[in-house]
Amino acid sequence: MGKTLAEKILSEKSGNDARAGDLVIAEVDLAFVQDTTGPLAVRQFQSGGFKRLANPLKTVLFIDHAVPSPNDSLSNDHLLLRSFARETGAVMSDVGEGVCHQLVGESLARPGDVIVGSDSHTVTAGGLGAFTTGMGSSDVAVAMALGKTWFRVPEGIQVVVTGNFQKGVYAKDFILHLIGLIGADGATYKALEFGGEAVTAMSMSSRLTIANMAVEAGAKVGLFPADEITRDYLAGQGRGEDYQPSSPDADAVYERTIKIDVTELEPTVSRPHTVDNTAPVTELKGIKVQQVFIGTCTNGRLEDLAVAVDILKGKKSHPETRLIVAPASRRVMLEAVKNGFVQVLVEAGAAILPPGCGPCLGIHQGVLGDGEICLSTANRNFKGRMGNPEALVYLGSPATAAATAVTGEITDPREVM
Amino acid sequence: MIRGRVFKFGDGISTDHIIPGRLAHLRSNLPELAKHVMEDADPTFVSRVKAGDFIVAGSNFGLGSSREHAPLVIKMAGISAILAKSAARIFFRNAINLGLPVLICDTDGIADGDELEVDLAVGTVSNVTRGKQLAFGKIPEVMLRILGEGGLIPYIQKHGGFKL
Repeated sequence: MGKTLAEKILSEKSGNDARAGDLVIAEVDLAFVQDTTGPLAVRQFQSGGFKRLANPLKTVLFIDHAVPSPNDSLSNDHLLLRSFARETGAVMSDVGEGVCHQLVGESLARPGDVIVGSDSHTVTAGGLGAFTTGMGSSDVAVAMALGKTWFRVPEGIQVVVTGNFQKGVYAKDFILHLIGLIGADGATYKALEFGGEAVTAMSMSSRLTIANMAVEAGAKVGLFPADEITRDYLAGQGRGEDYQPSSPDADAVYERTIKIDVTELEPTVSRPHTVDNTAPVTELKGIKVQQVFIGTCTNGRLEDLAVAVDILKGKKSHPETRLIVAPASRRVMLEAVKNGFVQVLVEAGAAILPPGCGPCLGIHQGVLGDGEICLSTANRNFKGRMGNPEALVYLGSPATAAATAVTGEITDPREVM
Repeated sequence: MIRGRVFKFGDGISTDHIIPGRLAHLRSNLPELAKHVMEDADPTFVSRVKAGDFIVAGSNFGLGSSREHAPLVIKMAGISAILAKSAARIFFRNAINLGLPVLICDTDGIADGDELEVDLAVGTVSNVTRGKQLAFGKIPEVMLRILGEGGLIPYIQKHGGFKL
């Protein structure tokens, strides 16, 4: 009987014949924390009496959620992470480097790896074919100390994606549509495994967008096969040697198969306050928006900025709508400067933030006022998510965001393209 | 046996309801952070909760962020266990790792203010107010052992690693 990709990776890393439902102890190839969960991980590591990291060069402390620090308390949390890195030899990724998940994708994750991070969107690097999942601070602290962790091998849900994306419709619309279809707990404890002709043709940037949001359906991991797209992406990041092909067995057993033909798909938006509260953008036309945010681990890559730039070129954001853009990493920022994207965005009225999580989680930079509405390219719209429980957050693609910035109300990007 | 009163919540209580991201600056000051537990779901919760009480919720409790601070502030408020129809994966594991039981059962028949008795060893919940009993789903052995040691860190300190 064949294996799902999750079963294959966990078999390899546990030295067992891992099948859905089994409990396994697996080697961890990379363990990381970020600045809002890392300090607790450091304290749990210390309270456990641990002194040494199992693998310092494969332990990374990212400062990305509150960058540059907005206040003394968070600055002190950053100090704690830097001092822990000095003591243990862990790798620091400091202010200005970018969002942990983007950097893990660019520089660290390899197909077939097991990766744990103290952030729920650790699932992002599933786009590269890594078994990568979010955990709490205690679990990551123990993985940092022991170099392994335990898993319940997840059942697989196969998502077969066919057809061609039409103009104005993107990977973000697909994943919002899927979450709307199966619900915010539609894949709880499961591995979402993506395949089909539309996946074969899909860019790495789009795969990362989809894998990133697997957790919004409750999934433990969102996995893509490692194929030629993966090989070319890794080569482009200067680490072609990290490539190895991987895919589920043809006779893998899935709990359920979902088939989606993206040819039929329309631009899709999540309405407040849950990600699965989706609707076609055409049904939301005319809702006035005070802030548009383009960025995050979901949609802050160069390909996303290119889509926004195409729409915003020679245009201005609406006078009553603030446009905020945060590139996901230093590399993305640098490319966006070199190829003129930043100039187009600034001329269109955008406020450009340093690489990082920006306003996504309500710590700083773009906190909404009472009753204000934001259209964001992020992955969550929970009540209070962007810093104010009295505000409303809609989620959409970079194209929907850019179109909305121009008109000042939720807009179908196909109308302005 | 644990006995306490019920604080009832609905479906889809996220970690942002439990302890929002805007309070990230208090995460290294846990006593201050804990004053805001459940603030965006019920602002009166923190002034009414007593040691031993239960949070009872609908489906997908604790969805969203991996922040372990969410179960941590619930535990600090004195909550002895969470009962829900289902729980998000990361929250469930985080709670057990802190020694806070999350019990999966049909919570429809439990109302706000009900008095419950929970027997973790036997796996039963008895609703003293309504004279009804129900069973909760089995917790995997390894998680019961982690719970039994008071959480993941004491468990690892004692055993030096995982035993499945």
